Amino acid sequence: MSRPVQAPAAPLLEVEDLHVQFETSRGIVRAVEGLSFEVGRGEVVAIVGESGSGKSVSALAIMRLLPRLTGRTRGRITFDGRSLLDLGDEEMREIRGRDISMIFQEPMTSLNPLLTIGLQITEPLTIHLGMTAEQARARAVELLSLVGIPDPESRLDQYPHQFSGGMRQRVMIAIGLACNPKLVIADEPTTALDVTIQAQILELMKDLSRKLNIALIVITHNLGVVARYADRVIVMYAAKMVEQGRAEAVFHEPRHPYTMGLLRSVPRLDRPRGMRLETIEGLVPNLTNPPPGCRFAPRCPFRVDICGQEPPLANADNGSQSRCHRHAEIAGGKIAWAASGTGSQQAQMVREGALLSVRHLTKHFPVRAKLGHAKAVVRAVEDVSFSIHPGETLGLVGESGCGKTTVGRLILRLEQPTGGEIEFDGINLVKASPAEMQAVRRKIQVIFQDPYSSLNPRMTVGQIIGEPLHVYKLAADSAAATARVAELLNQVGLRPELAERYPHQLSGGQRQRVGIARALAMEPSFIVCDEAVSALDVSIQGQIINLLEDLQRRLGLAYLFIAHDLAVVRHISMRVVVMYFGRVMEVADRDTIYRNALHPYTKVLLDAAPVPDPTVEKARAPRLIQGELPSHMAPPTGCVFNTRCPMATQECRETIPPLVEKRPGHWAACIKV
Amino acid sequence: MLRYTINRVLLMIPTLLGVAVLVFFMLRVVPGDIVEVKLRGDGGNVTQEVIDSERKRLGLDRPLLTQFGEWMVNMAKGDFGISMWTERPVMEEIMLRLELSLQVALMATFIAVLLAVPMGTLAALFRDTWIDYLVRILTIGGLSIPSFWFGMLLMLSLLAFFNWLPPITFTPIYVDPWENFKQLIWPAMAVGYRYCSVVARMIRSSLLEVLNEDYIRTARAKGVYEKLVISRHALRNALLPAITVIGLEFTFLIGGLVVTEQVFNLNGIGQLFVQSVSRNDFMLIQGMVMLIAGFYVFVNLIIDLLYAVFDPRIRYDT
Repeated sequence: MSRPVQAPAAPLLEVEDLHVQFETSRGIVRAVEGLSFEVGRGEVVAIVGESGSGKSVSALAIMRLLPRLTGRTRGRITFDGRSLLDLGDEEMREIRGRDISMIFQEPMTSLNPLLTIGLQITEPLTIHLGMTAEQARARAVELLSLVGIPDPESRLDQYPHQFSGGMRQRVMIAIGLACNPKLVIADEPTTALDVTIQAQILELMKDLSRKLNIALIVITHNLGVVARYADRVIVMYAAKMVEQGRAEAVFHEPRHPYTMGLLRSVPRLDRPRGMRLETIEGLVPNLTNPPPGCRFAPRCPFRVDICGQEPPLANADNGSQSRCHRHAEIAGGKIAWAASGTGSQQAQMVREGALLSVRHLTKHFPVRAKLGHAKAVVRAVEDVSFSIHPGETLGLVGESGCGKTTVGRLILRLEQPTGGEIEFDGINLVKASPAEMQAVRRKIQVIFQDPYSSLNPRMTVGQIIGEPLHVYKLAADSAAATARVAELLNQVGLRPELAERYPHQLSGGQRQRVGIARALAMEPSFIVCDEAVSALDVSIQGQIINLLEDLQRRLGLAYLFIAHDLAVVRHISMRVVVMYFGRVMEVADRDTIYRNALHPYTKVLLDAAPVPDPTVEKARAPRLIQGELPSHMAPPTGCVFNTRCPMATQECRETIPPLVEKRPGHWAACIKV
Repeated sequence: MLRYTINRVLLMIPTLLGVAVLVFFMLRVVPGDIVEVKLRGDGGNVTQEVIDSERKRLGLDRPLLTQFGEWMVNMAKGDFGISMWTERPVMEEIMLRLELSLQVALMATFIAVLLAVPMGTLAALFRDTWIDYLVRILTIGGLSIPSFWFGMLLMLSLLAFFNWLPPITFTPIYVDPWENFKQLIWPAMAVGYRYCSVVARMIRSSLLEVLNEDYIRTARAKGVYEKLVISRHALRNALLPAITVIGLEFTFLIGGLVVTEQVFNLNGIGQLFVQSVSRNDFMLIQGMVMLIAGFYVFVNLIIDLLYAVFDPRIRYDT
């Protein structure tokens, strides 16, 4: 190995003027344009941006893993003194996994299901370091214990499906670290994981990168994650870098309007809840035909004439770089986003009397019984009770598998409850006749999580929204139906012309608006929002939340807002129900639950959520929740949370704590508080 | 796994019972029986008395349920009855042909899998290049050209170019393997072409899908040799769906080769089937349907068990 001797100050990775293009059927997409940045040894750099901003593509370009046929990369990438784009395929393969490794977003699909974990970890060791099978196995055991997997020796012979999502991501990290790389690129490493598991993984990665002096590029859309991790931040928008600088500088003194807007539109747990979420209006430009000049100009409130010209990447006053003509004015405090919320009060028209009340709701899913075995059940929902008043928003939070979505489906009667009662507007939905049910269905509507798969791709927007009008004969004739569709589109902030389009021609945010319009077509009084904003980008998320709040105020709707994002739930909800493993842990007013949570699980959940503020994040000591969600096949005895609870004692393992009103209006299911 | 296998084998009983009921009564619903075919088939003028006595001799005059019951009881004892035409045991008639049919099916499977795996793999790896186009043209040919016609082409070209034809009489493999091979390789190739095309296209499309999977990207990001990415990471996953196709095609070849057997003048199960149906030889038809149904169920069980062997996510007893 004869590598040129490096001056100690030379950065580990230098990307200069990187361009990536894709040829698609709709023309050439310029996914990355003129990206330049450096990563020092042992440094943690975060790349943030919304979907389609080019952040993942840049990472794959560094790894040279872009599809060969359609992707084209231009520019210079220098890693450790070698120009990666000039290397032969074989030389590049030697670098991958050995000097640069990558951790991907989806732990569920990133491991080969047919190969043992052991083989997948030892593969790079035998290939790159020429280890024998025994040496590699010993190193694999070492790696698994490093990433905190108990009992590594026997785990090596297991297959990916025997690991939980969090554990698989640990395995991915172990693979990434196997050959002691100099650089690890982590592409949304925790996006697919639950909050408590996310905190564990983040802490682990930060810890290891410090301990082993590994440089880290973290790609994420989650500003909280960035704040916890990064030394330096790169903000990308529509294929270009718009700002970069030290994390503290970017978060506290952003010098680009996009960064400023992005930081303002995130609902935050560490600040008092604003009246209305700030948003960035408009949509991310289409990269086959981007606007001339500044990419952000069409959405920028500080747009001036010069913004029609391409802004250079300029050095700002605080050491950051900004691609904005007016960065000096921003630094001088002359430009600031006006509060878009016109101080509009949150709907205070909650009326007395429950619109929906759920009592002792239970849902067991039978597991296919084997011959000679007792029939097993998964207790997805166990003894859940709550009520929603007209015009109220009830937040339902919990991690994946806690039963929150099942509760929503039970209320919609998409599932038949095993036990308990659901009373809506005086009608017991569990026992309702088909005729009664039909009348009630109009009043209860749903907005689904995935705006991509929940709209029929073969129907136009107008047909999708108009369908319930025809089914329930809500419109006199087709002219009236068309008029009503236009009115509904208008109500959700879409132009009526969109009625002619098909779902694939719309952006994610627009599709979610269509989903809302469809729900509104039935003139419901209650809407179940199942993770309605979690698939959307931050700036779009704010627009949808504001829309939901406006509609609530105007139409007196009640919402059951099911979500895993605590900050979003806090923003929109008036009361919050916290669920864990099928049971309700705590119910209280929004402010009570976020300020004075009683239940240890709620506390842990709030503690695990990262806050987009590097000063706060770096100062706080990690108080991590240990362990994983228990298995539904072997549920814990007593309190379901006892296996992970810091306060658990023998008593907790023996008794199931009842949901008790500890203070007026504040219920918790814990015997210790 | 053992417990699962036993369960599955026990479940075969009701399935086969259903088949037995269906085939037995459907045959009886169709007008005409073997006696009429036998005695009046060639226009012979036979008195009703003769026919009645023949029916009585074959037991066809008894109530249907009695006949069915007797058949079931005998089958449970392993006795499939006597062919009503040749008066020889059904089992004997079938076994005579099964050897040949089974051998052709096995040879065809061997040829097909041997060719399909590299063809499908190369087509997927060199997608949209001349290699892919070549494979796609060849396989679309295999799907659209009937096997018997392809078989005829084979025979005619042998005759035209080499002035040679394969032996006409069947020699069992344990008597003279070379003679046996000379005769059976041609029908095996004729049906193997179609078989190979089906499997190759399956492998091509499933490999293309697998190559887009996240774990393939992970393997490349680890710096695994490209050859190993294909053989260890991609191909293993891509072959899983092909197993089902291979198994189903294989069972089809037993008993499904009616015309192809005719072309090559093979006395196989397909031929026997056609013969016995045209003669209304109830016992023989019933015996063959039961055999083929049993074969189907059995091969399906083998496929499911193979899945468990290749895919660790599938475990039948836990």
